Amino acid sequence: MRRTSRREFLRAAAAGAALLPLPAIAQGASARVVVVGGGFGGATCARFIKRIDPRINVTLVEANRMFIACPYSNTVIAGLRDLAAQQFGYDKLATDQVAVQFSPATGIDPQRRTVTLGNGTEHAYDRLVLSPGIDIRWNALPGYTETAAERMPHAWRAGEQTLLLRRQLEAMEDGGTVVISAPANPFRCPPGPYERASLIAYYLKTKKPKSKLIILDAKDAFSKQRLFENAWKALYPNLEWVSLSKGGKVTSVDVGAMTLVTDFDRHKADVANVIPPQKAGHIADVAAVADRTGWCPIDPASFESKLQPNIHVIGDASIAGAMPKSAFSANAQAKVCAAAVAKLVAGSTPDEPRLINTCYSLVAPDYGISIEGVYRPADGQIKEVEGTAGVSPLDAPNATRALEATFANDWFKTITTEVFG
Amino acid sequence: MARALINAPAKAKRGEVIEIKTLISHIMETGFRPDSTGKPVPRDIITEFICKYNGEEIFRAELFPAIAANPFLTFFTVADETGTLNFEWIGDNGFTATESVNITVE
Repeated sequence: MRRTSRREFLRAAAAGAALLPLPAIAQGASARVVVVGGGFGGATCARFIKRIDPRINVTLVEANRMFIACPYSNTVIAGLRDLAAQQFGYDKLATDQVAVQFSPATGIDPQRRTVTLGNGTEHAYDRLVLSPGIDIRWNALPGYTETAAERMPHAWRAGEQTLLLRRQLEAMEDGGTVVISAPANPFRCPPGPYERASLIAYYLKTKKPKSKLIILDAKDAFSKQRLFENAWKALYPNLEWVSLSKGGKVTSVDVGAMTLVTDFDRHKADVANVIPPQKAGHIADVAAVADRTGWCPIDPASFESKLQPNIHVIGDASIAGAMPKSAFSANAQAKVCAAAVAKLVAGSTPDEPRLINTCYSLVAPDYGISIEGVYRPADGQIKEVEGTAGVSPLDAPNATRALEATFANDWFKTITTEVFG
Repeated sequence: MARALINAPAKAKRGEVIEIKTLISHIMETGFRPDSTGKPVPRDIITEFICKYNGEEIFRAELFPAIAANPFLTFFTVADETGTLNFEWIGDNGFTATESVNITVE
């Protein structure tokens, strides 16, 4: 039995009075937490709740037995890595006493506090954590449907789409044109389109040097822009970036003609990678935690939904203010959310968190760049702590870039070991 | 130097309603933003846009500080004769830019 200080007891009593029904542990039963989504956010959160308080019953709900990681998947597209190196299972979570249910979540009842799965089982919760990642907003870009994605892959959720884009690049003749369409903010992995462009350009330079690559962008600015642009100038003369103000925004696609249409031009592609507009994963709509932006507003200290009590949203699906939609962010948010959930089910108040994000991008296999920031809640949002933002130096010797490329690799090993290992 | 993009059909049927799109690169500095020393950055915006079809004005716009950078204007007209569409942007600090495209009406 945990000893409770007088102060904690009073705080728990006050919280208990405000929140009905009483927190599960205050009633003597084990609290039940259900986590939906076994990616970097959900798998981390499930594990850390168990680590913080082993008495809490934690169920992780995930549709697939194998997780395929997005970070580093651009190297798969460029033929530098096998998809197998991106795959992770859930065995270690099960040994940590997390109950893993391999079935999609199909229904959520916020009043009864239950989650229904595709396999017909129903799971009651005291706290629910949703980490559903992204869904594609089909047809938000006219002509870009699920069928279209089989000709013009998005490859923005790793797996078969990643391999499809790789096969298309391999099948393309030397002298072909690759066109990437980059979306407006917000979207998963802000530097992702530009890392992908870099690594495809690397593939073309080494294997198909007469080919060219065009990025059509719905933005005038992007993450690590000057670092990318300097590297492109030095390494990839056949890479062209067309910004919003230069008419780069793709307004529709014509799949039959393999053409991307902007307000001022039509671009015929041999390989087209359309990174489309996105929204929170579908279960966010089912739970009614997404607002009309398609993303989920949350309390910046606990990640509890602003729309539904007792439901928390972490990772790409959440509106996390200044934090980018990245695996590192999801992992950091998951730990904060785990600590908050453990406090809340015990009837106490979550602490004010600090969150960190670092994103590495590869411009070439031996050329890495990074961006980092520290964040905290302020004015009801997650804001960057002043003076903590940083990117790789603009003028650095090749050795520094090579070192950062090894850091990127180490980062991937570290985070995937922490989450799945 | 500003760069303008124009999208107007090269050919049209007589009497057809055609869409014309224009986009010009311009910072559209409002004059209200302080710089690092706290002084306002001087206003630098486009103030006027005019489109003429064979010399006749068919569209005019006044622009103000609230309009975003790189103004993108779309408008419609009726294609009634073969000729030239002339576009002119006028702004602060003596800014001017012109473009023209030809249209064939059948």
